[in-house]
Amino acid sequence: MNAPGKQADGVSVGPPLWLLAELTYRCPLQCPYCSNPLDFSSADQELTTEQWVDVLRQGRTMGAAQLGFSGGEPLVRQDLSELISEARHLGYYSNLITSGLGLNADKVEAFAEAGLDHIQVSFQASDPELNNAVAGSRKAFDQKLAMARAVKEAGYPMVLNFVIHRHNIHQMNDIIALCDKLGADYVELATCQYYGWAFKNREGLMPSRAQLEKAEAEVNAYRARLLDAGSAMKLIFVTPDYYEERPKACMNGWGSLFLTVAPDGTALPCHSARILPIDFPNVTEMSMKDIWYNSPGFNHYRGDSWMPEPCRSCDEKGKDFGGCRCQAYMLTGNADNADPVCGKSPHHDRILSARRAADHATAGIEELTFRNAENSRLFFRS
Amino acid sequence: MAKTPKLRRGFRFQWEPAQESYVLLYPEGMVKLNGSAGAILKEVDGERSVETIVATLEQAFPDAGPLAKDVEAFLQEAANQHWIEMV
Repeated sequence: MNAPGKQADGVSVGPPLWLLAELTYRCPLQCPYCSNPLDFSSADQELTTEQWVDVLRQGRTMGAAQLGFSGGEPLVRQDLSELISEARHLGYYSNLITSGLGLNADKVEAFAEAGLDHIQVSFQASDPELNNAVAGSRKAFDQKLAMARAVKEAGYPMVLNFVIHRHNIHQMNDIIALCDKLGADYVELATCQYYGWAFKNREGLMPSRAQLEKAEAEVNAYRARLLDAGSAMKLIFVTPDYYEERPKACMNGWGSLFLTVAPDGTALPCHSARILPIDFPNVTEMSMKDIWYNSPGFNHYRGDSWMPEPCRSCDEKGKDFGGCRCQAYMLTGNADNADPVCGKSPHHDRILSARRAADHATAGIEELTFRNAENSRLFFRS
Repeated sequence: MAKTPKLRRGFRFQWEPAQESYVLLYPEGMVKLNGSAGAILKEVDGERSVETIVATLEQAFPDAGPLAKDVEAFLQEAANQHWIEMV
């Protein structure tokens, strides 16, 4: 980063190049792998239109160039078009991350006119039966297909996202064929990351290593065929870090590039971090510049002076930053610890036992805990 | 090359003051461009041919010598990456 970085404990901090605006936690779907917090229904306050506009302006001034509108389902916000206009005016590249529910061809056109750059439609499977079972909605699949086509017709790049888990991982060829038929530019085949509701449902979602290897081979073979055919469709296969021996460089480092603003204005270094026992600032109480460069929450895991062993003396700490703080917290009870995905972690056995469980899991989709307000209330009542 | 390069659908090229460089933005992605890549893509507008772009750059950077080879190589790589299309 060439930008003049401010100093926090001697650590050089660059600008937040990515801003994720989680406009709402409201959503018509109930996907059991949702990354929203389990107790989302306890945070039902949402920033006003004016407050979101202010967030966009501050973020852009600080250097943010990529902007994600997500949620929940961002389409439930009636002011989405206004926010898109503002984003375009400010010079953001704006991405709408949507289930496609609540979308129609007129809105797709109107958003394009307002300056939206990209709409990503998420699917749950390649066929209506499984898709709708996972989404907890009877009509989701047909609507998603129609919206994917409308997105293409309106001239956007087509990006389709499939969250992959043990109940749809066998559909890899069908999923890619569907995307090819729809004329997708990018296909994200993202195996579940175990945060939020996905962590709660991990045993019912995590594929076995055998399933994963078969899927990866199918993706690679399909990719080779696309290359031979001169297709520009790009397949992005995200493997679950539970099958790695070294942790991911989560968010490219804490407070390094990404700034998330949750529906109630809480500013976070990633969309999962509000589960951590850390006091995160709110955009209604502090400027975003102050939040990013000076708040204790954002400075908490910058640099490496916070690291205990085995990270402290590890020669890869500059590469992976000790992995994911949320994963360390969920699996060891202490967010300072090395991410247990790492083979050097004293808690790596927790990953190994999850892998063993995946080899023997038998639970059906109906046994998963679906993400809805009723189930959410169970998590924050106690 | 008589062909005309244009940015692929969904790609946007712009100057970013915070990064002090030109960037290429696309769905959920951003490439920070070095000086010469930025200078070449700045001329890509879907109207001007590769020849015209080379001539423009040679005029703008007279000390750089003949640029056709470098420009064509970069545009070929950009096409391979599906950042641009040749029409």
